[in-house]
Amino acid sequence: MPVPPSDIRWVEEPKLGLAEMLYLPSIAQGMITTMKRIVQPKITQEFPEQRPQLPANYRGVHRLNRDEQGRVRCVACYMCSTACPAHCIDIVAAPSPWPDREKYPETFVIDELRCIYCGMCEQACPVDAIELTTLCDLTGFSREEMMFDKEKLLSVFDQTVQRGTDPVRTRGGRLGVASELPPEGGVTTSSTAQS
Amino acid sequence: MTKLDQLANWCRKNSLWPMPFATACCGIELMATGASRHDIARFGAEAMRFTPRQCDLMIIAGRIVMKMVPVMQRIWLQMPEPKWCISMGACASSGGVFDTYAVVQGMDRFIPVDIYVPGCPPRPEQLIQAVIDLQEKIQQTGTLKGREFEQRQTLEGPVALPLTALRPADLIVAPGNYLTATRQNSH
Repeated sequence: MPVPPSDIRWVEEPKLGLAEMLYLPSIAQGMITTMKRIVQPKITQEFPEQRPQLPANYRGVHRLNRDEQGRVRCVACYMCSTACPAHCIDIVAAPSPWPDREKYPETFVIDELRCIYCGMCEQACPVDAIELTTLCDLTGFSREEMMFDKEKLLSVFDQTVQRGTDPVRTRGGRLGVASELPPEGGVTTSSTAQS
Repeated sequence: MTKLDQLANWCRKNSLWPMPFATACCGIELMATGASRHDIARFGAEAMRFTPRQCDLMIIAGRIVMKMVPVMQRIWLQMPEPKWCISMGACASSGGVFDTYAVVQGMDRFIPVDIYVPGCPPRPEQLIQAVIDLQEKIQQTGTLKGREFEQRQTLEGPVALPLTALRPADLIVAPGNYLTATRQNSH
């Protein structure tokens, strides 16, 4: 459908006056802005020397927590890898050598390049074994180097705890409900009724 | 490595001109890196040219779909040597959450990548750290007139992953033993 000529409004360019044609007011205006910025306080963060102030709940590189005996806290329940939207966690479980849990992770690999740092693994973990730290300047030269295995994730825990920036967020340092052995005579519904 | 090579590397590393190949939200962080708070000009990499002929550093920021790959490869080939590539963010590095038929599962299947930056999107500090790491790499490698290329006998390039690495069955771990949910008996 053609547009009727009565609906068309032609816009003319504004006529330039002498001030606009000389450009001098515009140059002066620009110089005023430049001079203002020179005397204003500088906002540039000198990154490698000056680190950003991150909140304690920042979601950076993962770590696997240790319990008070230095063992890995994870019980290999696959909750984190199930919750992960990017499918970046690969766990292989094995029967636990310790009496207080059924399973432990034989291998625990996180693909840091595929991870989107959403923190859902941290929320899903019933024993607070996986946590995200405030380490924010991770880079890598290859994809293989960015597959973080269990030893690497535990060493991230050691480093961050030594630095003191990322305290452990646990429930009194004890394992949660999901790590308890099933009661004698099979699984009952009592544990589900509690929750 | 001679002193002249070192001088050339020093010149190259302090005047990286990025080609911002920003296709998604990582591009916003790339803009923030260039802005005054983070100021990538402190490392000599502020001259973002939107033509590949004038660039030596390709920053792939964001997911690349299969239809975009010929464009990206053409831009990469149009960049003059010596050139480097930063794969920024989870999508460019490995596909991230977009594990679909259309999205490329990692840029390094098609062009050589020097630095991988994880994150969704990465912080500007992380990108600056990648530029610092790349500067170190440039200082340690490369010659004035590219002597290392003359010694090559065969074609080199990104290596395709073996087919078994692409199987989705290996991606999601299914428990082998039903009672203990381990894969120990299945091996």
